[in-house]
Amino acid sequence: MPTRRSIAAAGVAALIATAIGIALSYAIHWFPVQASAQAKNTDTLYHVLVIASIPIFVLVVTVILFSVWHFRMKPGEELKDGAPIHGNTRLEILWTALPAAVLLGLVSYSFVVLHENERKPAGKEIVVEVTGQQFAWTYQYPSSVTGGAPLATTQLYVPNGESVDFAIRSKDVVHAFWIPAFRLQIDAVPGITTHYRATPDRLGSYPVVCNLLCGVGHSTMRSTIHVVAPTQFEAWVKSRGSSHPSTS
Amino acid sequence: MVARLRAPGLYRAGLGFLFGIAFAAGLTWVVRASTGHATFHHYLSGEAITTVSLIASPIFFLVGLGGFDYWLYWAAGRPTRAEDHSSHGAHSWKDYFRINTDHKVIGIQYTVTAFFFLLVGGLLAMLMRAQLAQPGAQFVDANTYNGLFSVHASLLIFLFVIPVFAGLANYVLPLMIGAPDMAFPRLNALSYWLLPLAGLMMLSSFLAPGGAFADGWTAYTPLSIDAPIGQDFFSIGVQLAGASSIMTALNFLVTIITMRAPGMSFFRMPLLVWANFATSLLVVIATPFIAASQFFVLLDRALGFNFFNAGAGGDVLMYQHVFWFYSHPAVYIMMLPGFGIISEVIAVKARKPIFGYRMMAFSLLAIVALGFTVWAHHMFTSGMAAWIRIPMAITTAIIAVPTGIKIFSWLATLWRGILHLDTPMLFALGFLTTFTLGGISGVMLAMVPFDIHVSASYFIVAHIHYVLFGGSLMTIFAGVYYWFPKMTGRMFDERLGKWHFWTTFVFFNLTFGPMHILGLEGMPRRVATYASKFADLNLLISIASFGLGLSTLIFVYNIVTSWRGGPRAVANPWRALTLEWQVSSPPPIFNFDRVPTVVGGPYEYGVPGAVHGIFAPAPVPATVGSTPGTTPTGAVHAPTE
Repeated sequence: MPTRRSIAAAGVAALIATAIGIALSYAIHWFPVQASAQAKNTDTLYHVLVIASIPIFVLVVTVILFSVWHFRMKPGEELKDGAPIHGNTRLEILWTALPAAVLLGLVSYSFVVLHENERKPAGKEIVVEVTGQQFAWTYQYPSSVTGGAPLATTQLYVPNGESVDFAIRSKDVVHAFWIPAFRLQIDAVPGITTHYRATPDRLGSYPVVCNLLCGVGHSTMRSTIHVVAPTQFEAWVKSRGSSHPSTS
Repeated sequence: MVARLRAPGLYRAGLGFLFGIAFAAGLTWVVRASTGHATFHHYLSGEAITTVSLIASPIFFLVGLGGFDYWLYWAAGRPTRAEDHSSHGAHSWKDYFRINTDHKVIGIQYTVTAFFFLLVGGLLAMLMRAQLAQPGAQFVDANTYNGLFSVHASLLIFLFVIPVFAGLANYVLPLMIGAPDMAFPRLNALSYWLLPLAGLMMLSSFLAPGGAFADGWTAYTPLSIDAPIGQDFFSIGVQLAGASSIMTALNFLVTIITMRAPGMSFFRMPLLVWANFATSLLVVIATPFIAASQFFVLLDRALGFNFFNAGAGGDVLMYQHVFWFYSHPAVYIMMLPGFGIISEVIAVKARKPIFGYRMMAFSLLAIVALGFTVWAHHMFTSGMAAWIRIPMAITTAIIAVPTGIKIFSWLATLWRGILHLDTPMLFALGFLTTFTLGGISGVMLAMVPFDIHVSASYFIVAHIHYVLFGGSLMTIFAGVYYWFPKMTGRMFDERLGKWHFWTTFVFFNLTFGPMHILGLEGMPRRVATYASKFADLNLLISIASFGLGLSTLIFVYNIVTSWRGGPRAVANPWRALTLEWQVSSPPPIFNFDRVPTVVGGPYEYGVPGAVHGIFAPAPVPATVGSTPGTTPTGAVHAPTE
């Protein structure tokens, strides 16, 4: 039977490991830059998940290491058996109910984040149509955005601080329109139009990658999204509209 | 020579294979000719012949091999060959290369074949990691690379993990329940021989014009509809593997339900039996759905159907729903037998009863039931109706509860045990660590906003390998080492075993740990090249993966040399209570000279005088005047003392 001291020591070691783990989780840069409001919410959710996971992993490893250290067969015990413990109802109820509660709590929180990320915000929202094909992304800005004829382009510009509703289609096979800096993606499926909305909140240019195997050109089916100030966005749309009459 | 070709066996099977091609040519010619020149300009079409051959040749191969002999004779009304059991069992290596009805032979056939495909699939992974060591093109073009990861996954899932568990259980399970063999030995033999056919079919797709099937093991439509003929090698190969799996599962269910030794109630069964019972339920219910998904694909490809042609009213997402309705339960098919193995190993190596045996059994059944309710968590970003994500996320979170119960119960089994830290136990403890990590990343993925970011990225690759390698493969190694003495009659080298474990554990974590970060940072999966910011981690991963590949060679060397010339094993080297250890190593040809009677639980270590199964002397007739040696029910009674 292990002594109280050894169990207490293991408990302290576990607490220290948990603390170190949680501290590390703040220090590690897990993600690319946050470039959307949705990214902030998702990153916080991830961090909560990591912090919830560390004690569980530490518990499992601590019990294993403690058992290996304390209950290892010693010379002379080759024919000895362990204690005939068949179960402990209270413990079994605890380790069923507690994880269930934690999991339901986490999934509820995740639904709050999902709702927050997907609800249409008050204020302006523009629609940008995205078309995936083997092996390039093209974009169409409808009349509601251009104020004139729709604009077809291979460049993706969006205004900072305004909600963008991406309407995504495919011309051939299934692709996926992933903007890692926004933490958002959805498949482009032939026959339907899929949507997600994002509120960019950081100026800059970020990678757009196709994230679903679409054939030999999948690895290089990439694009860029440029988040610019709203006035710059208007200017860009106007200039593209006048010098490149759309043929969509 | 003619005798060789007329008798059931590999020569006649080869003839059957060739006949299948001729049959395919004839059938396609007749159909195309009768449809007319307007539709088919050429009546002989290489592609059509190949596609039909992929179905016909394996079937005629099995006919030639003798797999259907008994049933064909019976159906034709001819006298069936009396089963005198003379061909049962193995006396030389040749007995492993024919239809053999002995579950012990079949178990070894399965296990050795599966490990062959582990090595092939692993080699494909090494080629992939060589390509990914640096950004840009290295060794292979994009189409070949796509073929590499597609065949890698398909072989390891359908030709390694699923069959190796079937093989280990095939060997051990009848022994564990006190049965002389499985309920359907001929079906058992047939189910094995489907496997080499399926594996060779998938592997030979590399030789097909257009290359190997290259759309992932998931073969999403419509990409797989327009793919070159290599795709059919997967769509049909997976049917063969699926048929094998279903036959075996049916066999296990009937065997477990009807052939347990007297006294072995359900709650006196070892947990390996429970685990295979649960897995077999999953297999028989779920596997037909992947067959269906591939039939849809074949019909679209070969006969111009429009299931997945959006322009003609098809529904692309329907494929994913049908596919994942099998493929999610498939991951539990690939894990539950491993859970059973871990229960056996930990109980014996800790010299303690499994903590919470009943809840362990119930949690297996809970995973089976819940496993059918979570499939669309593979489709959170698929564009399906948004509301489906909600119940699927809830059920995905809930399924972590029975899994957690099992992990905690194994940990509690260690507590106050006497731990024998040999190779099987090390793999069991390693499994507890890495599978917990895989489960944690799985819970993260149940949270929809997070999954929306990392779906189809390297975070997923990390998760699946933590649960399939750190989970399933660790349990497979534990089981192989644990039952090696029983199956071969020899002991493996313990020092090499420990080396194998530690190199595997270290290189595994170095290979797949960093992949979590790559996914979070934005690297997609199934790519032959990547943005240069991912280069450093990919190089580290590739180097670690080569170490992981080399560590497997330690295992192969150990097994081969020990099997050939290791020290002879006693009947019960681990001093275990379960029935398979109460017979010689290897067991007698029909397992038990007399059917044992089970009088207690399977894990009563530490209980003085506890017995699981007893081998009674000759039974006394129940009534005076009945035939000596039998009772009216045929049951064996323990001597009353």
